[in-house]
Amino acid sequence: MSKLEIRSPLPGTFYRKPSPDAPSFKSDGDAVAATDVVGLIEVMKTFHEIPAGIAGSRVTFLVDDAEPIMAGQVIAEVEA
Amino acid sequence: MAIKVIHPGLATTVQDLGRPGYFHLGIPEGGAMDRLSLKAANLLVGNDEGAAGLEAVFIGPKLEFTQDAMVAVTGAEMPIKVDGVEQPGWTAFAVKAGQVLTFDFLKGGARIYIAVSGGIDVPIALGSRSTYPIGALGGFHGRAIAAGDELPVGEVRKATEGKTIPEALRRRPGMPTELRVVPGLYWHRITEQAGRNFFEDEWKVAPEADRMGYRFRGGRPLDFVAREQPFGAGSDPSNIVDSCYPYGSIQVPGGTEPIILHRDAVSGGGYFMIGTVISADMDLIGQMQPHTPTRFVKVDIEAALQARKDRAALVGQIKALF
Repeated sequence: MSKLEIRSPLPGTFYRKPSPDAPSFKSDGDAVAATDVVGLIEVMKTFHEIPAGIAGSRVTFLVDDAEPIMAGQVIAEVEA
Repeated sequence: MAIKVIHPGLATTVQDLGRPGYFHLGIPEGGAMDRLSLKAANLLVGNDEGAAGLEAVFIGPKLEFTQDAMVAVTGAEMPIKVDGVEQPGWTAFAVKAGQVLTFDFLKGGARIYIAVSGGIDVPIALGSRSTYPIGALGGFHGRAIAAGDELPVGEVRKATEGKTIPEALRRRPGMPTELRVVPGLYWHRITEQAGRNFFEDEWKVAPEADRMGYRFRGGRPLDFVAREQPFGAGSDPSNIVDSCYPYGSIQVPGGTEPIILHRDAVSGGGYFMIGTVISADMDLIGQMQPHTPTRFVKVDIEAALQARKDRAALVGQIKALF
């Protein structure tokens, strides 16, 4: 089974939830569509939605909520 | 000649060396946050060092050229591609009419500077082509570029393809980044211990960092010397009677998170300033990503003036290549 990667387009702080007391956009094991938002990146006083960009049957996150993230870093792996 | 914007990037603006002379009216100096990089990019494509280029932060734009052009990209480390073929940074390269300039993921630093032979020929506003988006002033219609924009380019200058700035003359922040600071007029407001802690602690760039200012977190909160707040000052011990804010000054609201004011800063307000980052180190801030570990290093004004001379000499070495 092939694995695809969702990479962060920019550096900042990664959030898996739209707000602190909301559920995560996606959980490990969920299916994703290319347009699904998988998280937010906070940088320059703005939150940027990160779309999956790829579709797959199972997503596995490699970055925790509220963790620093670098541009190009793999946020999650997706099984096709 | 024009450049078509296919994708603007995150916040890509037209910048030159800014519009000094209006800060007392609340209009910031503006201009490239990393001035050396903009100057180098301009010189590579045959422009005057202060011509207008594009400053792109974290994400590069996707641009189509309507005519042949000489281009150079300096500043942050971000793979550069023309029709998918990688190009060297800090080097003049030719782009043919119809070709598309794109960028890969940022690898180091924060801001790239894209210079095009002839410069970005937007109208001059208060002596500068720099964009001040909050004031809707200068640049391309006073805002960051957007998809569909056509950026006018000035008359093409003579430039040599393949001309490059040697590695030794490129300036990048270290890890941790050291920023030299001259303690300020309000130094007396904090305790001796707090002053020592400020320079001993390791700070990190917070996500709230942009062209107006860079916020830092992670060091110990500052303790203030007790006083009865003077008339006109707010009630928090970090408040002062309103004062001018110099470019590079470090305010610490509530004594917790230092903010270094940068090129699009406000010109005054009511927070005490612990000191001012020396002019020679301001370019480095423009290349700092969120979470970059940072140390503030205490220097006196003589050291700051020497650093300014050294930096001017570095710019002189770059100019001597042309």
